[in-house]
Amino acid sequence: MNLEEYKGVYVFAEQVDNKLSGIAFELLGKAKDLAADLKAEVAAVLIGCDVKGLADDLAAYGADKVIVIDDPELKNYRTEPYAHALASAINKYKPEIMLVGATAIGRDLGPRVSARVATGLTADCTQLEIGDFPLAPIEGKEQKHNQLLMTRPAFGGNTIATIACPDNRPQMATVRPGVMQKIDKIEGAKAVVEEFNPGFTPDHKYVEILDVVKAVSETVDIMDAKILVSGGRGVGSPENFAILEELAKELGGEVSCSRAVVDSGWKPKDLQVGQTGKTVRPQVYFAIGISGAIQHAAGMEESDLIIAINKDETAPIFDIADYGVVGDLNKIVPELTKQIRAAKAEK
Amino acid sequence: MKIVVCIKQVPDTNGGVQFNPDGTLNRAAMLAIMNPDDKAGLEAALRLKDEYGAEVTVVTMGLPKASDVLREALAMGADKAVLITDRVLGGADTWATSSTIAAAIRNLEYDLIITGRQAIDGDTAQVGPQISEHLDIPVISYAQDIKIEGENVIVQRQFEDRYHVLKAKMPCLITALSELNEPRYMTPGGIFDACEAEITTWGRADLKDLDDANIGLAGSPTKIAKASDKVRKGAGETVTLDPEESVAYLMGKLKEKHII
Repeated sequence: MNLEEYKGVYVFAEQVDNKLSGIAFELLGKAKDLAADLKAEVAAVLIGCDVKGLADDLAAYGADKVIVIDDPELKNYRTEPYAHALASAINKYKPEIMLVGATAIGRDLGPRVSARVATGLTADCTQLEIGDFPLAPIEGKEQKHNQLLMTRPAFGGNTIATIACPDNRPQMATVRPGVMQKIDKIEGAKAVVEEFNPGFTPDHKYVEILDVVKAVSETVDIMDAKILVSGGRGVGSPENFAILEELAKELGGEVSCSRAVVDSGWKPKDLQVGQTGKTVRPQVYFAIGISGAIQHAAGMEESDLIIAINKDETAPIFDIADYGVVGDLNKIVPELTKQIRAAKAEK
Repeated sequence: MKIVVCIKQVPDTNGGVQFNPDGTLNRAAMLAIMNPDDKAGLEAALRLKDEYGAEVTVVTMGLPKASDVLREALAMGADKAVLITDRVLGGADTWATSSTIAAAIRNLEYDLIITGRQAIDGDTAQVGPQISEHLDIPVISYAQDIKIEGENVIVQRQFEDRYHVLKAKMPCLITALSELNEPRYMTPGGIFDACEAEITTWGRADLKDLDDANIGLAGSPTKIAKASDKVRKGAGETVTLDPEESVAYLMGKLKEKHII
């Protein structure tokens, strides 16, 4: 493998139902940073059926080039034709870096493709930068420059590892949704659009889609939310969750809850945060009327910012909160919602 | 039908996380358990065995003490167990791990391979799909329901906002979600038999069709540049104010952090 042949920072532009996923724009935003350090171009690989029209959107968010792989076999996501498409694009265009979203699609596609093109893959990264490997010079060992350094949590978020892929190309990573920032939209931006079709012949690895069942429930995946307003037993009643819902709505967030709330039948299980529920890492986590037992903390303490409101000043939640307010949630939460609404109206 | 289930012994990072006084992880104090998604995969295999009749072989790669999870699997109802252990296989990333396990599976007969979606120590979700690629068979990840119809598997494959009902011809690899089922307990008779049962142990020499360039630390394309235990953050600030001041305090913090 001649590493020098591999150029450019590429992203897999995930789309579902011919609508680009948020992660596609987030990856482009990060790719632009990395490409600036490497003085390289940013390319998006767009895979689907009748998706060419999405290329301008990718250009508006930072793609210099869009490679469109369009084929009827690619209408709905299936591992094999998508893996064939992306692996073929990698073999043809030889990117230095290939980023994929750590979504239900990307975490299936990424490993399959990385194994096919025989390179490393780092999962669920939360930080990407260009640097040296090893980080500091080691006598008798070559220090490589301009490497992709991929940082990710492991051990349930209890350890942080930075990983490099010094001897194989592309350097591949899946990237956690909601972590990277997309750039401000550049109106009218155009990318070089290249159409590429490696040919799709169904074989034993093509699975058949018998049915596509879209979720009918209105519950959202709280793991995707950037802001969570989470309530515990202290909220008092299922009806009283309305004040949390209003706060969440004002902040563009979602409501989640503690186990006590699910056990009381106030909220469904898929909104539960904690050891026996979901692990969430939003940008802001409001813990309202939640005591914060270790089992709850295990599911949320990696949140970027934790704000706790609880009337009990000895509640353990205050040990992990960045900002804690001891007081009556019934008085504080509605007023906070009102003032946020007013602040937004002023803008 | 022959089913191979890949399982891993992991530290219990879910509930049993222990910290040293300096805030680093106390690994020695943590229990070693069968990875929860893998246990769901094993349960799925055992249910297929109950319903359709099957021979279930559990495979793990790890240190010799990883045989503990194999015995647990046998006590739950698995028929055979294989331990892949060899010093030269240590330090493997997902590429080297999947290359090694795929080589071991080539020694076995299989119609279906089930792995957990991801292990709770690495959280990568990569080894299952990578094994399927090495074996050149279809993969269905994130399975929330598995049925057999003749020579095909019918699987509900979960996505964020939907699921697909997929049909694949066996042999096929499926990665299981822990939501798939509630794993059964070991039976007393099963535990007794499992203690006596023979575990097949394979080292490097038993794995054919595996290049030395693809195993262990040296055969891993990804390299750790640094790793550190995340020190648990301490408490921030807590204030006790009247409601009006409390709201003003929170508004100040939300603005300072550019949340509003």
